[in-house]
Amino acid sequence: MQEGQTIRVLIAKPGLDGHDRGAKVIARALRDAGMEVIYTGLRQTPEQIVEAAIQEDVDVIGLSILSGAHNVLFPRVMELLKERGVDDILVIGGGVIPHEDIPYLKECGIAEIFTPGTPISQIIDFIKNNVKK
Amino acid sequence: MFDRESLKKLEQEKIRWESTTVKKVTEKTPERYEKFLTGSNLEVNRLYTPLDVQEMDYMRDLGFPGEYPFTRGIQPTMYRGRLWTMRQYAGFGTAEESNKRYKYLLSQGQTGLSVAFDLPTQIGYDSDHPLAQGEVGKVGVAIDSLKDMETLFDEIPLDKVSTSMTINAPAAILLAMYIAVAEKQGVSPDKLSGTIQNDILKEYVARGTYIFPPEPSMRLITDIFEFCSKHVPKWNTISISGYHIREAGATAVQEVAFTLANGIAYVEAAIKAGLDVDEFAPRLSFFFNAHNDLLEEVAKFRAARRLWAKIMKERFKAKNPKSMMLRFHTQTAGSTLTAQQPDNNIVRVTIQALAAVLGGTQSLHTNSRDEALALPTEESVRIALRTQQIIAYESGVTETIDPLAGSYYVEHLTNLIEQKAMEYINKIDELGGAPKAIEKGYIQQEIQESAYRYQQEVESGRRIVVGVNKFQIEEEPPKNLLKVDPEVERIQKEKLSQLKATRDNLAVKNALEELTKKAASSDNLMPAIITCVKTYATLGEICDALRRVFGEYKATVSF
Repeated sequence: MQEGQTIRVLIAKPGLDGHDRGAKVIARALRDAGMEVIYTGLRQTPEQIVEAAIQEDVDVIGLSILSGAHNVLFPRVMELLKERGVDDILVIGGGVIPHEDIPYLKECGIAEIFTPGTPISQIIDFIKNNVKK
Repeated sequence: MFDRESLKKLEQEKIRWESTTVKKVTEKTPERYEKFLTGSNLEVNRLYTPLDVQEMDYMRDLGFPGEYPFTRGIQPTMYRGRLWTMRQYAGFGTAEESNKRYKYLLSQGQTGLSVAFDLPTQIGYDSDHPLAQGEVGKVGVAIDSLKDMETLFDEIPLDKVSTSMTINAPAAILLAMYIAVAEKQGVSPDKLSGTIQNDILKEYVARGTYIFPPEPSMRLITDIFEFCSKHVPKWNTISISGYHIREAGATAVQEVAFTLANGIAYVEAAIKAGLDVDEFAPRLSFFFNAHNDLLEEVAKFRAARRLWAKIMKERFKAKNPKSMMLRFHTQTAGSTLTAQQPDNNIVRVTIQALAAVLGGTQSLHTNSRDEALALPTEESVRIALRTQQIIAYESGVTETIDPLAGSYYVEHLTNLIEQKAMEYINKIDELGGAPKAIEKGYIQQEIQESAYRYQQEVESGRRIVVGVNKFQIEEEPPKNLLKVDPEVERIQKEKLSQLKATRDNLAVKNALEELTKKAASSDNLMPAIITCVKTYATLGEICDALRRVFGEYKATVSF
C-alpha cells in the first residue's frame, strides 16, 4: 500500500442471515479509522460480493456471517475471486464461527477470522498491516 | 403518596446527609465514576428516596395486578397461580431431529414448544433453491412442505402443548400447515394454542427475514388477525418483538418505544381493514429481551405494560381489559453472551432470567452458555432450562406479586423509561407512524447509533465485559460444540424431489393459481393458503405464488 492512499473496504453479508449489527459497527469503525467503506446490505450471493468488490476496486473484503453457512459461502467467495484472476484483495471474515472451522477457512485463502469479542482496533491493525495493493 | 411537609423535611435532610456524611467519605475515597449509568445509558443517582417518585399516585400509576394499568402484572395472582411457561427455542437439521429434541425437552419438564426454522424457510425458499445453499437446517429446522411439518409434530398432541413459531414473512403458511397437521391428529383449530411471531416491521428494522414489501405484508397480517379471531380463537396472532431490536443494539428505552410503535401500526392496520379493536387486540402478544442491568430491565417490563395499557385505552378506545394487557414472552440477551469463558454465560443468563420473572413475564427462553460459539448442545440447553426451574422453585421471588414495586429506584426508572419511550413514539407519530419511520431509516439509524456507542464504550473500557475486556485468561478452544450434519441439505432435497414425484401435481397447480388470483383481490388469503398446503404445495411454491402479485422488498442500506 502506498503512503497516503485510502484503503477501500467492502463489508459484505453472504447468505441469508439478517444479523448485521456487527457488520454495521465494523463498517462505521473502519470509516472512522479513515478507510472508505461500502456495505452491501443483507442476503448477498458470493457472485454479487465478488462482482461488487471488483467494480468498486476494493483492497479488502470483510465477510460477516452468523448463520453457520460459512464453510460453504466463504470458500465460494475465494473460488470466484480466483476465477476472476483477483489475488490482491485481502479477505477477512467474522461472526459466530467455531474455532475448529478456522483452519479450513484459512486454507481456502481467508486471511483471518475474527470471532465475537475481538477489539475493533485489532481488526484495523490487521487490515493496515496486511493489505496487499 | 407523600405529604408536602414530610417531603420538604426529607429534602433538607438529604442535603444535610450529602454535605456531611457523604462528603466525609468522598473526600477520602471518591466514587468509582463521576457519572453512573444504566446498561442503556440512563443516569443513575447515588440514592433514591420518596423525592424521586413524589408525583406517584398509587392507584393511577400502579393499581392492582390483573387491573388497569397492569403495571404490577396482568394476572390477579401471577406466579402464585401458575408459573410462566418455560419455553426453549429449539430446532435444527431435519424435522426428525427437531422432533426428537422437542420430545426430550417435554420429558425434561418444559411446558411449551418454540420452533426455530432455518433461514430458507423463514425467507420462503425451498431447500433446493440456489440461495438456500449452505443454510439448510443451520439455524433451525428446514420445512419445505406439510410433510416435514407432520414429521416435526409426530406424536406430539397439539391440543395439549402450546407452540410458538418464530416465523414472520411466511407466517400464514406455517400457521396453515400447523392447522392441517392438527386436523390430521383430529384436533380442531379452536383447540390450538400457540403463537406465530408474524411481526414484519421489526424484520425491516432489525432481523432481516422479510420477503414482500410492507403493504402486502401488513395485509397478510391483518388477514391472519381476522381468520384467527373466527377460527383459531386461542392463537396469539402476532408477537410484536422488541427482542431483535434490542439485539441489534437498541437501548431499553428504544426497545420499548420501537416495539410499541410497531404495535400501534398493527392495530391501526387492522382497524383500517375493518376489524373491531376488541375483536383482535386480546390476541396480540409481545416479545422482549432481558439484559444484564437487572433493575433497569424490571422497570422496562413494567413501563411497557403500563404504556401499552394507556395506548390501547386512550388512543384506540379499547373497552375489553384483555385488549389492554401486554402479555409477553422473554428471551435472555444473546448479544451479551461471550465466546470467552463461556461458562460465565450461565451467570449472565441467570441475572437476565431473574429480571424477566421479576418483570412479570408470561413465558421465558433462557439462552445456553455456548451460543456465542455455535448452536447449543443438549447439555447446555438443560442447564439453561434448569436455571429457570431454580428461579421458579428455589429463589422465592415467585411467591408474591411484583416484589420490586415501591422501590424508589425501580419506580423512578419505570416512570423514566415510560416517559422517554413516549417521546420516541410521539416523534414516530410525527414522521407518519412506524412504517414511514422505517422507510425513512429513522428507527434503524437510532438503533445503529446506540450499537456503535456501546461498542465504543467496550473498546474504551468504560463498559466492562467480564472475560472480554477485563479478567481475560488464556483458554483452550472450546470442544463438544453442536455440529449440524451437512447431509441435511441433501436429505431435504431428496425428500423434495420425492414429494414432487408423488403428489397430485394438478391439484397443486390449481391451488397455487387460485392463491395468486386471491392475492390480487382483497379476499382473506388464509383459506386459499390452507388449501395449498393440503395439496403438499411447497413453502417456496406458495411464496412464489404470492411474489408474483406482491413483488419483493428491497432494503435501503446505511450504516
